[in-house]
Amino acid sequence: MALYSEKVMDHFRNPRNVGVIEDADGVGEVGNAKCGDIMKMYLKIDDDVITDVKFETFGCGSAIASSSMATEMIKGKPVEEAMQLTNKAVAEALDGLPDYKMHCSVLAEEAIKSALDDYNSKE
Amino acid sequence: MIYADNAATTKMSDAAYNRMTELMRDTYGNPSSLYSVGQKAKEVLEEAREDVASVINANPREIYFTSGGSEADNQAIRSAAVLGAKKGKKHIISTAFEHHAVLHTLRALEKEGFEVTLLDVHEDGLVRPNELKEAIRDDTALVTVMYANNEIGTVQPIREIGKICRDKGVLFHTDAVQAIGHIPIDVEADNIDMLSASGHKFKGPKGAGFLYVKKGIRLTNLIEGGAQERGKRAGTENVPAISAMALALKDAVANMDSNAKSIVKKRDRLIQGLGEIEHSALNGDASLRLPGNVNYCFEGIEGESLLLLLDDKGIMASSGSACTSGSLDPSHVLLAIGRVHDVAHGSLRLSINEETSDEDVEYIIKSVKEVVEYLRGFSPIWRDLQSGKKAFIL
Repeated sequence: MALYSEKVMDHFRNPRNVGVIEDADGVGEVGNAKCGDIMKMYLKIDDDVITDVKFETFGCGSAIASSSMATEMIKGKPVEEAMQLTNKAVAEALDGLPDYKMHCSVLAEEAIKSALDDYNSKE
Repeated sequence: MIYADNAATTKMSDAAYNRMTELMRDTYGNPSSLYSVGQKAKEVLEEAREDVASVINANPREIYFTSGGSEADNQAIRSAAVLGAKKGKKHIISTAFEHHAVLHTLRALEKEGFEVTLLDVHEDGLVRPNELKEAIRDDTALVTVMYANNEIGTVQPIREIGKICRDKGVLFHTDAVQAIGHIPIDVEADNIDMLSASGHKFKGPKGAGFLYVKKGIRLTNLIEGGAQERGKRAGTENVPAISAMALALKDAVANMDSNAKSIVKKRDRLIQGLGEIEHSALNGDASLRLPGNVNYCFEGIEGESLLLLLDDKGIMASSGSACTSGSLDPSHVLLAIGRVHDVAHGSLRLSINEETSDEDVEYIIKSVKEVVEYLRGFSPIWRDLQSGKKAFIL
């Protein structure tokens, strides 16, 4: 299917880091069901390093792929660095998204920032 | 591979394909030309007109070939608007879940000073004739109600609607794109003034359709430039496509009763099987629907991911999810029958035909169950619904 790149389809079909972290240090949820996309990110953080990350997503193929890619990009990274993650970087790592799907990568960035904010607010 | 998206388009029948390719090769003449290969094309064209007319109980002179259903809808509505405006009638009645070829034409007319009333189609996806009766005013120029809905397949009480319009002296147009060739249509008995049809919905080719216009109703041109179609639609006729369409329609109608019986059985098995998925709901009335249409909402999942995973399993279907349309809103049809955004995003339309086997049906049921369960497995909405944090809608 030409709608998505092979990378998007790979992350959609075999999403990485799917699930829940029960004792997460930071949790973020963005989007709403009305618009058809919700992303929830769970972070485990030790010494300001993201040691584990899981996600749950309700949404289209590119929303699921963006979540999956974003978790891969921040796993094992210091919190500082993860804060710098941009939607553009997520989309680029997926070999691009159709224009009208770019908001999926925005949601992924926002979900991670929301989870990091949650972590920071608990510090 | 299971093709279950026949409401989007159909694979051409072998007969239609052969007719079209033969005509493209051999009968290339312009029907307006005097010499034999042109006159042969003219003959083929008029034969197609007779075939199409006889199928819906019309006169051949009442059939205008178009590029498809959208053009036919546009021309019918525009023509009625011109006729109405001449008499100071600038009110049009339609429904909230028409095809965009109708709704967008109406929107354009609103900008030109027309007033549009959209009838409620209720939770079952059916227009209430008494509500139409009440909506008709002295200045109503046109009533346009689709014969059957393209997404949820509900078949409207067209004969009654037509009767009401006839009694009140209001023009009645129906977009029959999804219905023709699948359920019986008789423009006389159904009191229809104008009807739109499209060839590729009944195993004919894309790019050919027609508009039936009852004798005495004056059409307005959308395309100027020639005497074709009695001066109402300029452009050299697409004879191979038109002829193939007429053949496909004749065949579809000849086999309609026997096909419908077996398709309905499979449709009802799909409805029953998919109904076993918890927190799901059928969209549209269960029996007053097209033989091949099944449309479900599944709570907690999104339609595009459902479609992509079904495609991986070899099943081709469609959804009213926003993500499949390129807009942010889910299907206007599902919203019109009262589905809220949250669940409208999780819809699936299957449109089967006589080529869908019993094994296909069982495989579809099994696959949809698997995919819905898988997607719910990591849906944050489903988690909230399960934990009681959010209330189930379906």
